[in-house]
Amino acid sequence: MRTTITVNGEARSLDLDPRTTLLDFLREKVALTGTKKGCDHGQCGACTVLVNGVRINACLSLAVMHDGDEVTTIEGLGAPEALHPMQQAFLTHDAFQCGYCTPGQICSAVGVLAEIKADIPSHAGDVGAQARLTADEVRERMSGNICRCSAYPQIVDAILDAAGNLP
Amino acid sequence: MKPFTYERASDAKAAVQAAVETPGARFIAGGTNLLDLMKLEIEQPQHLIDVGRLPMATIEDTADGGLRIGAMASNTKVAADARVRSRYRVLSQAIVSGASGQLRNKASTGGNLLQRTRCPYFYDTSKPCNKRQPGAGCAALEGHIRESAILGASRACIAVHPSDMAVALVALDASVETLTPSGETRSFPLMELHRLPGETPHLETHLIPGELITAVVLPPLPEGGQQYRKARDRASYATAHASVAVVGGRIALGGLAHKPWRAADAEAALASGATAEEAMGVELKDATLRDENAFKVPLATRLVAATLREAAQ
Amino acid sequence: MSSVQDWEAPNPVKDNRSGLIGKGVDRYEGPLKVTGAAPYAYEVTPPSPPAYGVMVGAEIATGRITGVDTVEAEAAPGVLAVWTHRNVPAQPPRGTKAHPRSTSGSRPALESDRVTYFGQPVAFVVADTLENATAAAKLVRLTYTAADPDVDFPHRLDAAGMPPGEQDTEIGDFEAGFAASDVKLDETWTTPIQNHCQMEPCASVAWWEGGKCIAHTSVQMVKPAQHGLAETLGIGRDDVHLLTRYIGGGFGGKGQTYDDLTLAALAARALGRPVKVAFTRQQMMHGTIHRPATIQRVRLGAGADGRLNAMSLMTWTHCQRDGAFTEHASNFARNLYAAPNRLTGHRLVKLDLPHAGAMRAPGEASGTLSLECAMDELAEKLGLDPIELRIRNEPEVDPENGRPFSMRQLVRCMKEGAQLFGWDRRLPTPGQVRDGRWLVGLGMAAAIRGNFLLPAKCSFSVDADGVITVRQGMTDIGTGTYTVLAQIAAETLGVPLGKVVVEIGDSELPPAPGSGGQFGAATAGSAALAAGMNLRQAIAELAVADPGSPLHGGDPNAVTFQDGVVALENRSETLAELVRRAAPAGLTVEGEIRPAQDAQKWSQQTYGAHFCEVGVDPVSGEVRVRRMLGVFAAGRILNAKTARSQLTGGMIWGVASALHEGNAPDLRYGSLLGQDLGNYLVTVQADVGELDAIMLDEVDDKANPMGIKGVGELGNSGAGAAVANAIYNACGVRVRDYPITPDKLLPGLIAKGW
Repeated sequence: MRTTITVNGEARSLDLDPRTTLLDFLREKVALTGTKKGCDHGQCGACTVLVNGVRINACLSLAVMHDGDEVTTIEGLGAPEALHPMQQAFLTHDAFQCGYCTPGQICSAVGVLAEIKADIPSHAGDVGAQARLTADEVRERMSGNICRCSAYPQIVDAILDAAGNLP
Repeated sequence: MKPFTYERASDAKAAVQAAVETPGARFIAGGTNLLDLMKLEIEQPQHLIDVGRLPMATIEDTADGGLRIGAMASNTKVAADARVRSRYRVLSQAIVSGASGQLRNKASTGGNLLQRTRCPYFYDTSKPCNKRQPGAGCAALEGHIRESAILGASRACIAVHPSDMAVALVALDASVETLTPSGETRSFPLMELHRLPGETPHLETHLIPGELITAVVLPPLPEGGQQYRKARDRASYATAHASVAVVGGRIALGGLAHKPWRAADAEAALASGATAEEAMGVELKDATLRDENAFKVPLATRLVAATLREAAQ
Repeated sequence: MSSVQDWEAPNPVKDNRSGLIGKGVDRYEGPLKVTGAAPYAYEVTPPSPPAYGVMVGAEIATGRITGVDTVEAEAAPGVLAVWTHRNVPAQPPRGTKAHPRSTSGSRPALESDRVTYFGQPVAFVVADTLENATAAAKLVRLTYTAADPDVDFPHRLDAAGMPPGEQDTEIGDFEAGFAASDVKLDETWTTPIQNHCQMEPCASVAWWEGGKCIAHTSVQMVKPAQHGLAETLGIGRDDVHLLTRYIGGGFGGKGQTYDDLTLAALAARALGRPVKVAFTRQQMMHGTIHRPATIQRVRLGAGADGRLNAMSLMTWTHCQRDGAFTEHASNFARNLYAAPNRLTGHRLVKLDLPHAGAMRAPGEASGTLSLECAMDELAEKLGLDPIELRIRNEPEVDPENGRPFSMRQLVRCMKEGAQLFGWDRRLPTPGQVRDGRWLVGLGMAAAIRGNFLLPAKCSFSVDADGVITVRQGMTDIGTGTYTVLAQIAAETLGVPLGKVVVEIGDSELPPAPGSGGQFGAATAGSAALAAGMNLRQAIAELAVADPGSPLHGGDPNAVTFQDGVVALENRSETLAELVRRAAPAGLTVEGEIRPAQDAQKWSQQTYGAHFCEVGVDPVSGEVRVRRMLGVFAAGRILNAKTARSQLTGGMIWGVASALHEGNAPDLRYGSLLGQDLGNYLVTVQADVGELDAIMLDEVDDKANPMGIKGVGELGNSGAGAAVANAIYNACGVRVRDYPITPDKLLPGLIAKGW
């Protein structure tokens, strides 16, 4: 099926097998391998990308379902010589070890800050109150991103730090 | 995945018509559960009708003071809605205690209700499962898993329904609106959506083929406190051993049955002055227990007692 | 041959004139990892478009394949090949070593009709796209004759035997000593099967250039992977170029290669095009190794003064019927506490389960979960603080072999940790502290892990820009190898970090043993230091011999290296100027490290102490780690940032062992119940509260020329026991069957009246 997805600002128009997931589209069709496949079943978060600004698991979505959508991957956030503030914070705080879950963590973290700003509640707080940026909130909201190296404390530090630096 | 064809529905009526006319057709909205299962070929649709962009994602007040939640509204959208958070906080609590942020952003309200069990034998296609293949047998029966039903189970299936959201909705006495293949809308209590397994655990709801859930309707603000509580192995991103939604005098239980379980016997006992422990004794008197899931009886009992206290505060 | 005395001489790492050693510099490869620009094996771009291979796992645990029907699969769209044992290309029998010095024998895939564990790869499909290959793999129809699997570990202890080549170690007379003790403890703990769950499933891409196979895979040890593949393919070892530049987690599970590599290489040869193969997450659970379950009996006998008179830790464990792995959960107990009468050993049962193997802190991770809780229980029986009990049993020399300790700062770890953590707030009687819905408790445990040094080589080059390139067949599985090699190179040659390039993960580079057993940094780093010293010497000699150099005619041994400048007293020039003029093609030298012959005269360990505060919800039996602190003594630390990360990561693995992780076989089918990350739960972000690791100042000059030791396993050792002990302190319930999940804790909570 002819499908057009704007990835990191660039329109990509391909004839796709309907079975191709958004994740495999990114990794195998347009060679953006920064988005990782850790479980392929929405259980690890390594494939987290931002679709129209909202974080989702790219593995549990078909590419054809995203015709016309705007996708931001880790490559769209920054490059080695021009890091996004969240990428810089992950580097500074050593918020990763093997690095495989890291792109998903960073995309998820960017999504989390937007969600808190948009007052989306979480299990860590009172759903009736304004969403706040605290360590416990970050821990709960980032729980869909498994880090087997277990850089969890460093990830919390990085996100809280980046939040201070972000507009 | 088995090959399939795909279309994006532009109109709900056309979608339900296509669903009945196209062999092997299924609706897909968020896709977070359907694709999970298609990858394992547990689900093998031949045609997908993408209803995710139908204009059914709005949340609106109803004339009687309730709330109508469009079936395509994402779990996140529902949990974040100011009216839900202020008037139906139990629903918001239940939603944010389930899955992960990413999944909630994608998963739809209708899809959440229709998600299938996480029973490991359902997922392991090398094992017999009456849900996957009617008549094949149930490997879980003689298996040693904690994640099995203690209420309403049958010899054919001991799976539990995984939804948190549905437990809160049952406690809220929500109803479901659908569009039938003949193009009519119908409405019925959510309590009547899911089935117990009986001899046909592959039939999980009372929806007719091609019928599309279009909305969930919440009745006017209930009296009394509300609270949702869930017990699980890790602090987040895990299904419930047991969960409890309390709305006034109503109690619904999750993690214990093939469907979100309305604890009507316990409610009646409480209304006539029983303690929470006594009431749950009545509710769970016919519980079918195995070594591995017997802990759910004290767990659910203690959760109900604690949640009733919290809701009353 | 070398002696530890040779290591006492000053060297640039010890001198640390630039202060780079120990500094918490950012990861060398960090900018690539945080931008998604670091290609892991499956993401390497081959020279032409690849085909996609998908493996099919056996659906029985033991038996034979009797029928193969691949008609439908072969006819499916895009399919290029369908292989089973009937038509897979010929491979030498398992373990074949055509070259006698190969570090691994052949590892044939689809080798026969015999199935020995559930999930064993039994068929393989290659197609033009991943979607087509995945769908076609489901169309392969195999029929089996299956035998009933023998997998019921706790009920098969009758079949347990002494692991091959091992014997129990007994000092004194344990039984008599135990019987005569004033205070006794005799309890049994169980730990479950655990799966590594590296975030990157095992994956490979391979292609051929003439008779040479180029293979990128995800593996912790380069040489055995290269040799094993060459033996499997029946080609010369130099005809395999094996690369593993970025590895998405190892933890021991990638200490070997799997059939993804073999099949990618075979299919690439057969099809004449690159082939990529990855395990699915589900396939990882059975198709790679796991940490086996253990049953551990601990017996402690002490005098009323708290001194141990008798100590025993006996472990029963299991491995695959054809395998030879033993989870040495009792070993660490031989070095930890003083007791005149001691008995430790292992019993092994062979089962029809997938292969057991090494997983982070093999031995200690399981064994400390029993002994370090037994010490907590004994302390209570004696009315002693758990730290005081341990101090009273602190040995002066290694309690089994009598060797002096090279360094042992366990007591200091416990004392400093106690102070920093606020251990004095712990109430000895359980169940006394409440915070809202939570019962709060504190627990501690000791950590120990052996230190090792293995032989390794390394090369150092300098080019005309003064850039130092480190090359080594080493790996970085997230441990920080790239970074510490860069620090050692920069410090040794006196150049800024930006002037160092590190190339690792390549079989054509000087060999190093790889990542495992927390020997990586010491081993690879010591070889790097040796190579760096040799390059210093070569540069110094180049300078003094070059008439164009201001250093000409001087003493090469007096040349100094700092800030990219080579100097001799007040004469100097930049390193780049010197090389550009005197050796424009650059210089390359090698160095190597070997274990010192006399290193075995010392008992070499790393140590630590864990402190944990948990909350236990008495209603549900749910446990949350609120605070955790580890204090460690592990030699000189090369990088404060990456070492801390290793340690905190290990501690969280302890949290996982205590609270979350565990797999179990279905006794009828021989398959594991946890088959993905939804059913096999690892610790997530919300499970970890405030958690930190602190490293004591230490230099162990018996360990290696740098005085460093490893930290990768140490953080895991003892961490789970600290959590379990905190749970007991919180609520008075002791669960000895890990993980401590609500279903296990609830009966005790109810019995206690909570």
